[in-house]
Amino acid sequence: MTVPALVRGTVVLDQTVAARASWSAVVAKGDVLTIVDLAGNQAVDCLLYAAADTSVRYSAQETIARQGRIALTTGSVLRADTGQALMTVVDDEVGVHDTLGGACSKESNTLRYGQHTRAQHGCMENFLIEGARYGLGARDLASNINWFMNVPVDPDGALGIVDGLSAPGKRVAVRADIDTLVLVSNCPQINNPCNAFDPTPVRMIVTRPGGAV
Amino acid sequence: MTSDVKSTTATTAGAKAHARAQHGRTADVMRHVPSHTSPTAPDDVPAERLVWSETVAPGGYTTAVMARGTRIRLTDPDGDACAHVLLHRADGPHERLNVADTVKVPWQAYIGTGHPLLSGFGRVLATVVADTSAAHDALAGTTTRFGNEAKYGAAAPESVSPAGRELFLLGALKNGLGQRDLPPSVSFFKGVRVASDGSLHWEGSAGPGKTIDLLLHVDAIILLANTAHPLDPRPEFTCSPLRVHAWPAADQLDALVAGELIGPLGPEHRQAVANTDADLAARGVL
Repeated sequence: MTVPALVRGTVVLDQTVAARASWSAVVAKGDVLTIVDLAGNQAVDCLLYAAADTSVRYSAQETIARQGRIALTTGSVLRADTGQALMTVVDDEVGVHDTLGGACSKESNTLRYGQHTRAQHGCMENFLIEGARYGLGARDLASNINWFMNVPVDPDGALGIVDGLSAPGKRVAVRADIDTLVLVSNCPQINNPCNAFDPTPVRMIVTRPGGAV
Repeated sequence: MTSDVKSTTATTAGAKAHARAQHGRTADVMRHVPSHTSPTAPDDVPAERLVWSETVAPGGYTTAVMARGTRIRLTDPDGDACAHVLLHRADGPHERLNVADTVKVPWQAYIGTGHPLLSGFGRVLATVVADTSAAHDALAGTTTRFGNEAKYGAAAPESVSPAGRELFLLGALKNGLGQRDLPPSVSFFKGVRVASDGSLHWEGSAGPGKTIDLLLHVDAIILLANTAHPLDPRPEFTCSPLRVHAWPAADQLDALVAGELIGPLGPEHRQAVANTDADLAARGVL
């Protein structure tokens, strides 16, 4: 792999998440997580929790109400439902990341695409199985971030997942403002454009500022 | 105490008499029990059919468990109520309102008549079956302690500017639920719209006297907080009373699905009803 972290520093973690798989890590306060969209237009579903108290979790609503707009990009503060900052987007090569669309699931697939899609793998499966490693369950799920996913809202309120704005190698970097548990589902959806109909791997790099490059 | 005036509550008998003498009084904000005693019962419902009648204070909250087929009408009599709502399935509260699916699945961010309020499990908890306001919000959520302390200087439930999340937490705790059971919420009677650049814009109230009706598809725990919207630009905490009335209307569920109540439902909505009814049938409820 030759794609570097978006924010330089000592690399403390560098992992590739297989297509359709889950991933998690606790990112320490001050460390920066770079997410690399290796093949382009791969939705990375993401939930955040205060590592010290997982009842404090990412709130899409608090985040967008406080910043006054629905999409995330550089400068967006990712807030918990208490109002406190969990992480901050410090660099972004795409410009638009979704806060509204939530996660796909076997169950919602039946509503969106038909009963025949219930058997397909979904992000809720990934969140549940990865979260269970930390004692989390269905009660701990909430509206998640979708890195690299594009969900516009039309003037009449129509909204939907449309073709992405990302491309191979595009990156977004988020700094932990407190020790933060990051849960990821590398989205397995194959029925809409969120993964360009072809789920692909992504790379997760955590750097610690101040060290060697 | 050296007062010569003898207190009427200095003895247990006096305190008891003092307490009991208060019964039968009314207040501007209260739950009316039995429900038919509501002084503000809807014109189109016989008062004897009501199962919930309440006026929620500005900055107040309420909670109730209601049966499948209950129709719940929220009324904003003075134009500055803001009803923050969460729904949990009564017999399995880990199944609850999922705001992301509620806007994504029907391809519509703005709640109005015909909008399904979906759980995260491919089922519908309630459908909006009437709406004279059209000023609602599923995006910005409710207020937080952090936010209201910064904006108004206070956020506690007993303060003059309670945060919606603090009120939701109390309602949740009354049902054996807690912090983890508070997902994103919807709010009624204060409109928010998204501009083409993705920015959020406050539209506020549609005026006094507006109503919205929800029809429950499952037995549900309703958590309801009446407090100022997080994007309300007014520097002073501004909120007016909210009325709640509910009555059994299970026959309307069939009419809804048949397209005879509010017109045809979207295909995603029909599938959500089918999933819900299949689950209830398997449990022996239907």
